Amino acid sequence: MSPIAIVYRKELRDLLRDWRTIMSMIIVPVLVVPLLICGVLKIVNKTLNEKPKNEKTMEGAPKVMLLGGENSPDSVAALRQLKKFDLVPASADYTNLISSKEIRAAVEIPPDFDAAVEGERKTAIRIYTYEGEPKSMLVRQQLEEFFRRRAEEVVRRRLLAHKLPETLVTPFEIKPTNVASPKQVSGVVLGMILPYLMIIMCLTGAIYPSVDLTAGEKERGTLETLLTSPVARTQLVLGKVLVVLTASLATAALTITSNSLALAFFNSGGFAKLPVTLSPLALAGVCAVMMPLAVLISSLTVAVGLFARSSKEANTYLQPMLLLAIIPAVIAALPGVDFKYGLAFIPILNISLLCKELLTGLCPWGHIVVVFGSTSLYAALAVAAAVALFKRESVLFRT
Amino acid sequence: MIEARALTKVFSDRKRGPIRALDGVDFRCEPGRIFGLLGVNGAGKTTCLRMLATILRPTSGAATVQGFDIANESQQVRASIGFLSTATALYGRLTAFEMVEYFGRLHGLEDSVLHPRIDALFHTLGMNEFRDRRCDKLSTGMKQKTSIARTLVHDPPVMIFDEPTLGLDVLTARTVLGFIRDCGQRGKTVIFSTHVMSEAERLCDAIGIIHGGRILAHGSLAELRQQTGEERLEDIFVKVAEGHI
Repeated sequence: MSPIAIVYRKELRDLLRDWRTIMSMIIVPVLVVPLLICGVLKIVNKTLNEKPKNEKTMEGAPKVMLLGGENSPDSVAALRQLKKFDLVPASADYTNLISSKEIRAAVEIPPDFDAAVEGERKTAIRIYTYEGEPKSMLVRQQLEEFFRRRAEEVVRRRLLAHKLPETLVTPFEIKPTNVASPKQVSGVVLGMILPYLMIIMCLTGAIYPSVDLTAGEKERGTLETLLTSPVARTQLVLGKVLVVLTASLATAALTITSNSLALAFFNSGGFAKLPVTLSPLALAGVCAVMMPLAVLISSLTVAVGLFARSSKEANTYLQPMLLLAIIPAVIAALPGVDFKYGLAFIPILNISLLCKELLTGLCPWGHIVVVFGSTSLYAALAVAAAVALFKRESVLFRT
Repeated sequence: MIEARALTKVFSDRKRGPIRALDGVDFRCEPGRIFGLLGVNGAGKTTCLRMLATILRPTSGAATVQGFDIANESQQVRASIGFLSTATALYGRLTAFEMVEYFGRLHGLEDSVLHPRIDALFHTLGMNEFRDRRCDKLSTGMKQKTSIARTLVHDPPVMIFDEPTLGLDVLTARTVLGFIRDCGQRGKTVIFSTHVMSEAERLCDAIGIIHGGRILAHGSLAELRQQTGEERLEDIFVKVAEGHI
């Protein structure tokens, strides 16, 4: 067995016996993150589709105050039949009740509203809401939709009564038609989420092991023991970088798999399905271009860990690195930011943009070569930096 | 065999400027003999032994271990030594067996050679009781035995001990000293640093008194007595360190 393989095997075994690794590499991505995502989605779903506990009294549905409407029984009955709101009797302090979120909205139906509509006289419905408050906004949307449909129905009846065609008020229709393939459509959605998630998870998965295998060894005094072995320093570093790389990729892979399964499970539970399908070829392409980035991340975190005097100091350096990595990943996820050769040399941003192209199936080979090449070069430089640091006694024995 | 010639180490410190931790040290350790480096804390003992173990590089001067140059043939030097110090800790999440096995493999030993050797070492050192116990669950004595097994697993001809009894209880320290004596009797070249006079007096065939990074006097205990006119090693040390000879 080569010395690199011996170091790799030992470091991996050592790491997997540490509950903190199990926590950051397996439990958090496999259990905690999907549970959190599903929990948040469930809450959002429940909030958006608030259903009454009692269908008869509408208890539990969003409370809407009905102001007026005494002489408009048809509109009031239609609103009640909608079975979306718990209609509460009118009260003078409705603005306070909306502000204090005791009711979500108030709808004011003017006197003789139904008669005015029938008589083709101008009239107006007023909806009072709490601007920016999500539930109030949702109720407003539903009320507007309800009254818009009623208005359309009235128009249709009037046209029919006057024997006029519907084209009088709707001269033409607008029919947006998608020409992109389902793969491209899901590619746009995935292109915004997947590279971001993979990059963040690669980095999250690399941080703890790299600190443990470098600054952690310094603290525990095992680094000096290791340095007395006849193995070349380069081989020792490569063994450590490979273990960090394994942890980084495993964390990313486990996160993607567990979240996909969680979302699939959630989708099957009736939640609005996301328009997402992922071809194995596109996924393989994304994984392939992610590889040099994962090497770059692993080597950099190892280099930073080696430089630090203690685990605490290493974490102080690595946490801002996580933030620095998020920025280009977020920029790449923004709509309208597309691949340009000028951006092909910016680490993380280049990979994220390339992944977006790969996932939509529109990726020229030139882009792949430039991004893969530049990231591989950065990865090689990071490995060389880690090796160089491991050979410097002023770094290894920093106090 | 260890030979050091004008071995010097200068550390650079931003605040204090260059620090001459070891200043032109010469000595020679023969196989089958125990050479003791005797000095107070900060005298340069650890720096000297770390250079011999190739953990640090000399600023100037040279040294050979088993004929290999410490600056240019560091891997061969490390293959020839067993290095034990208070700073060489064990991997807490490995068992005693795995720890020794790991270092045996790093020294290039095949399992067919390695495993019988580990069995023999564990038997000799009385380690079978805690063979499969994780190192972070071992007592200080058990840890020290594991460290000894780690240094011996590749059967090195040269043993380097840096204050090996520091912080140990009397019984464990006794085991360690017995082991050092045994190494010398088995024909290994042994260099051993300490600031405990009684240990040096009991164990060493030759002693080098190191102070301020320089070896101020060296020779057998009898020779040092003759040079200083003192009987007890402590008095010899004080006389040499204070510059009276």
